[in-house]
Amino acid sequence: MADHNKEVDKVTGVETTGHEWDGLKELNNPLPKWWLYMFYASIVWSIGYWVLMPSWPLISSYTTGMLGTSQRAEATAEYAAAQTARAKTGEQLVEASLEEIQTTPKLLEYAMAQGKVAFGDNCAPCHGVAATGAIGYPNLQDDAWIWGGSLDDIAYTINYGIRSGNDDERYAEMSAFGRDEILSEEEIDQVSNYVAKLAGLQPEEGVDLSAGKVVYEDNCAACHGDDARGMRDTGAPDLTAPNYLFGRSLDAIKAQVNAPRHGVMPAWVDRLDPATVKSLAVYVHALGGGE
Amino acid sequence: MSAWKKHEIFEKNSIILIIGIVLAISVGGLVEIVPLYYLKSTIEKTEGMRPYTPLELAGRNIYVREGCYTCHSQMIRPLRDELERYGPYSLAAESMYDRPFQWGSKRTGPDLARVGGKYSDQWHKDHLINPRSVSPTSIMPGYPFLAETQLNVRDMADHLKINVMYGVPYDETQIANAAKDALAQANPDSDDIDGFEERYPAVAARDFDGDPSKVTEMDAVIAYLQMLGTLVDFDLYDEKANLR
Repeated sequence: MADHNKEVDKVTGVETTGHEWDGLKELNNPLPKWWLYMFYASIVWSIGYWVLMPSWPLISSYTTGMLGTSQRAEATAEYAAAQTARAKTGEQLVEASLEEIQTTPKLLEYAMAQGKVAFGDNCAPCHGVAATGAIGYPNLQDDAWIWGGSLDDIAYTINYGIRSGNDDERYAEMSAFGRDEILSEEEIDQVSNYVAKLAGLQPEEGVDLSAGKVVYEDNCAACHGDDARGMRDTGAPDLTAPNYLFGRSLDAIKAQVNAPRHGVMPAWVDRLDPATVKSLAVYVHALGGGE
Repeated sequence: MSAWKKHEIFEKNSIILIIGIVLAISVGGLVEIVPLYYLKSTIEKTEGMRPYTPLELAGRNIYVREGCYTCHSQMIRPLRDELERYGPYSLAAESMYDRPFQWGSKRTGPDLARVGGKYSDQWHKDHLINPRSVSPTSIMPGYPFLAETQLNVRDMADHLKINVMYGVPYDETQIANAAKDALAQANPDSDDIDGFEERYPAVAARDFDGDPSKVTEMDAVIAYLQMLGTLVDFDLYDEKANLR
């Protein structure tokens, strides 16, 4: 085997490699031409690639290639180009007041399209794809607004959030009347049943609703209002509306009076640009409940 | 055919063949990997990076334990659509205290590199307990046990020590108070909160899972998720200096 004797296989007429294993020999068929030329072409290609594209590491830097390609530069440029393409209408959005956007068909169309996309990316995880909300996350389709449903109110809430930690956040906190022992268990039962009746629910039998009314007036009316219709300045929801944020049932009301849950709306002012926030405000306003 | 004869040495001796293979492959490895350790452009400095707090580290360990990385990457690639959806592309420096890193290319769920601050704590809790409650079409499994499992902080100091072995700059007092700090970050009413704030300035401490009665694994995971991608201030980051 060491000596490369040219030996031709009698059956196929092809030269053998000279290797032999226990009498078996290997035919030395040539590589397919197409494969061989592809191989040579890829070697030539790689040399061209080294010259044009970033490739070899050096001592303190690397060869950047004649084309100066950079993934980060490309992505940044593409992103900037997309921004510029939007800027023309986007700038008009930034300059126009929210009311103007709503009354100018071209701007409105643009804002609604942008608002829809931005809503899907950023708002739908909590408020739902159809903006119908869930327990703890307000429904934006209806006309019950805790902090106001005008264009400006909505834009402010999107920008600065609710209990978001932003300096300009909307903030309200309901006392934990049970956990902090402000009210007795009996008083909580009474006031919860009174509120349940306001909400159109069936109160429990044998509970003194008039006592509940007194408890309500002493403890709840300051924020929720004498008529229990809520107050937007204090972020206290309307207790007579069917849209109970944390569940419309006697048990849920009791739980909320006992140790209230407080939702958080993140502040978007640092995440979204002004044109997007305005588009979102117009979009949400148009969902059905805008004021 | 002398070259042929020399090659026969490799063909007839498996040990020499193995050595030859190792040498050939290591050239490729050296050329591709070694430069990453010294090239200036791969070691970019960024403002704002800090090691994880003990609670965040515990959350990260749970993230790894539950295999979150099998569906979620933590790496925003420099592509336009990713920049639009997730925010600025990930920097190498943002993984500088990750042992191991959580990059990846398989996304069954969305990328989490900049999920911090995008949702409320309560959303994360609802979503981890039952993802369908907030995202009806989600296929993510629920992790309701996180909210009930008390966080184990007994070996917290050891976790910090191991990170120190890998070059994460925790100091002596941080290691000594690791368990206390982990609990204090999730319980701002505790007496240890002042010490925590001194050791980890400007870090959010709050009851992440809304259950003040105990510090759970849910607290740790939410603390970790809420800080992901929030450390580097991209208004200050000079992207022109690092184009490549």
